[in-house]
Amino acid sequence: MKTTFLDFEQPIAELEAKIEELRFVQDDSAVDISEEIARLEQKNYGLTKDIYSKLSPWQCALVARHPQRPYTLDYVEHIFTDFEELHGDRGFADDKAIVGGLARFNGQPCMVIGHQKGRDTKEKIFRNFGMPRPEGYRKALRLMKLAEKFGLPVFTFIDTPGAYPGIDAEERGQSEAIGHNLFVMAELKVPIICTVIGEGGSGGALAIAVGDQLMMLQYSTYSVISPEGCASILWKSAERAPDAAETMGITASRLKSLGLIDKVINEPVGGAHRDHRAMAQSLKRALQDSLRQVSDLSPSELLERRFERLMSYGKYKEIAVD
Amino acid sequence: MSWLKKLLPPKIKRDTPSGRKAIPEGLWSKCPACEAVLYRSDLESNLNVCPKCGHHQRIRARQRIDLLLDPEGRFEIGAEVVPVDPLKFKDSKRYPDRLAAANEDTGEADALLVVQGAIKTVPVIVACFEFEFLGGSMGSVVGERFVRGVKAALEQRLPFICVTATGGARMQEGLFSLMQMAKTTAAITQLADRKLPFITLLTDPTMGGVSASFAFMGDLVIGEPGALIGFAGPRVIEQTVRETLPAGFQRSEFLLEKGALDLIIDRRELRDRIAELLTLLTRQASVRSVA
Repeated sequence: MKTTFLDFEQPIAELEAKIEELRFVQDDSAVDISEEIARLEQKNYGLTKDIYSKLSPWQCALVARHPQRPYTLDYVEHIFTDFEELHGDRGFADDKAIVGGLARFNGQPCMVIGHQKGRDTKEKIFRNFGMPRPEGYRKALRLMKLAEKFGLPVFTFIDTPGAYPGIDAEERGQSEAIGHNLFVMAELKVPIICTVIGEGGSGGALAIAVGDQLMMLQYSTYSVISPEGCASILWKSAERAPDAAETMGITASRLKSLGLIDKVINEPVGGAHRDHRAMAQSLKRALQDSLRQVSDLSPSELLERRFERLMSYGKYKEIAVD
Repeated sequence: MSWLKKLLPPKIKRDTPSGRKAIPEGLWSKCPACEAVLYRSDLESNLNVCPKCGHHQRIRARQRIDLLLDPEGRFEIGAEVVPVDPLKFKDSKRYPDRLAAANEDTGEADALLVVQGAIKTVPVIVACFEFEFLGGSMGSVVGERFVRGVKAALEQRLPFICVTATGGARMQEGLFSLMQMAKTTAAITQLADRKLPFITLLTDPTMGGVSASFAFMGDLVIGEPGALIGFAGPRVIEQTVRETLPAGFQRSEFLLEKGALDLIIDRRELRDRIAELLTLLTRQASVRSVA
């Protein structure tokens, strides 16, 4: 697959094009230029590392939305075995923007739930761009309760621009569907391990992101509103999205320093989309560690810990009042 | 300045700001729904419901508390919790400046007011959103005051009522605001565990992060007539689907029809009917005869 380059990656794109050209020339060349190629590859690695070490929050949002970034089903393939997808909310429909099912994690049965985006146009439409409708959240809820009934840990993967803002979604109770998930997840008696793998878009993301561990991939984002949405409300122009991204604090490192997430999982040099396998490996290790941390707790200890954690969210001060 | 204005001698120049201010303000009010011109004191004595068409105007949090609770034995919970600026947020204005301006305008320190009291002698705790304070948006203070209200309800085994009037989560506190959705909703699971009634009254408007957290988790979910209630705002939906929205879309009556609300209650009957509903839920004698 040919890498899609983002605007700020132009220097990398140029260098990679040059390397490609040399490789082509090498085949029918008398002089050995493999050394030169190796040197350029080294340079490219350094350049990529350099660019990615200085990403602005907005550039980070672009990487989080990269069309080649691994999605939930890619991780399912690399990390889990025996995946059986389960469909539908048993009430209205099967929402393709959320996938879920039974699987094994290192041999241990578990439940996997995640947002799912599509890669090409047809698939994007099929997955509704990863924007769930109420039936998607209700499917997730059903699967979580199923996991609770049979004592299975739940892994959730968050990657959505947000819940779908459509007429039908409103008619079927988008708000209720999201709120109900928050309500049930606060008291679900099995471990819930949540990882933001791409875009964590507002309430539509949170609806499957309440749990015992909250992790983010290095270049994923998590925010209360999209940078474009925030900019168009506060600056009256979506063009100011980079400013909104900066001030809202949407990146994994910023959110970690604010104490809102537990762990940042490093991505391969140049982002997860450059090496799906390597990304999946480090994600798997992080999931193992997270699960180990909570799997020894009794259900009541687990819930108490989760509750305390939820109650601790927020920054305010207290003053004397008469 | 247009050429006509330049020609006019100064003393007959119209539309000067001072000229406008000469009209005494606040005596009359026009109903935004039926355009009837109403005498303000009539409107107020009718709880800001238009006597001609029944349109429910938005009211302030403290007015809401006054119309719901008995005058005696009230006290405020969580007033000690006040906002900070965790992100050093700045758009065209700094967040602390926005907070200060909102405080100046409303007299409130943040967008949620929690009061313990009684409705027709039935003890309750009421949390009420102040829409005039940054659009009733939910940030850390709203979340924490809400939780303190719930805690008080748990300790004293009282019903908890929340009146919403909000645009959603507060952008200026970023992800802290989003997490208030999880925090407030987790808190009300405890009311449910102890079988204490939780009632939500959704008023105009109830959107976004508040709508999509605890608002629909009430044992009873009540709408005020004509209130705009939904997850995404009408403009966002219109831009997304590129269709015009059906008439009455996202209004209380629409939600009732779609099965999202238990009932709609006219503001003028609110106090009586909520008191009755509470006594029914908690298996107490009727308080219908109480004034």
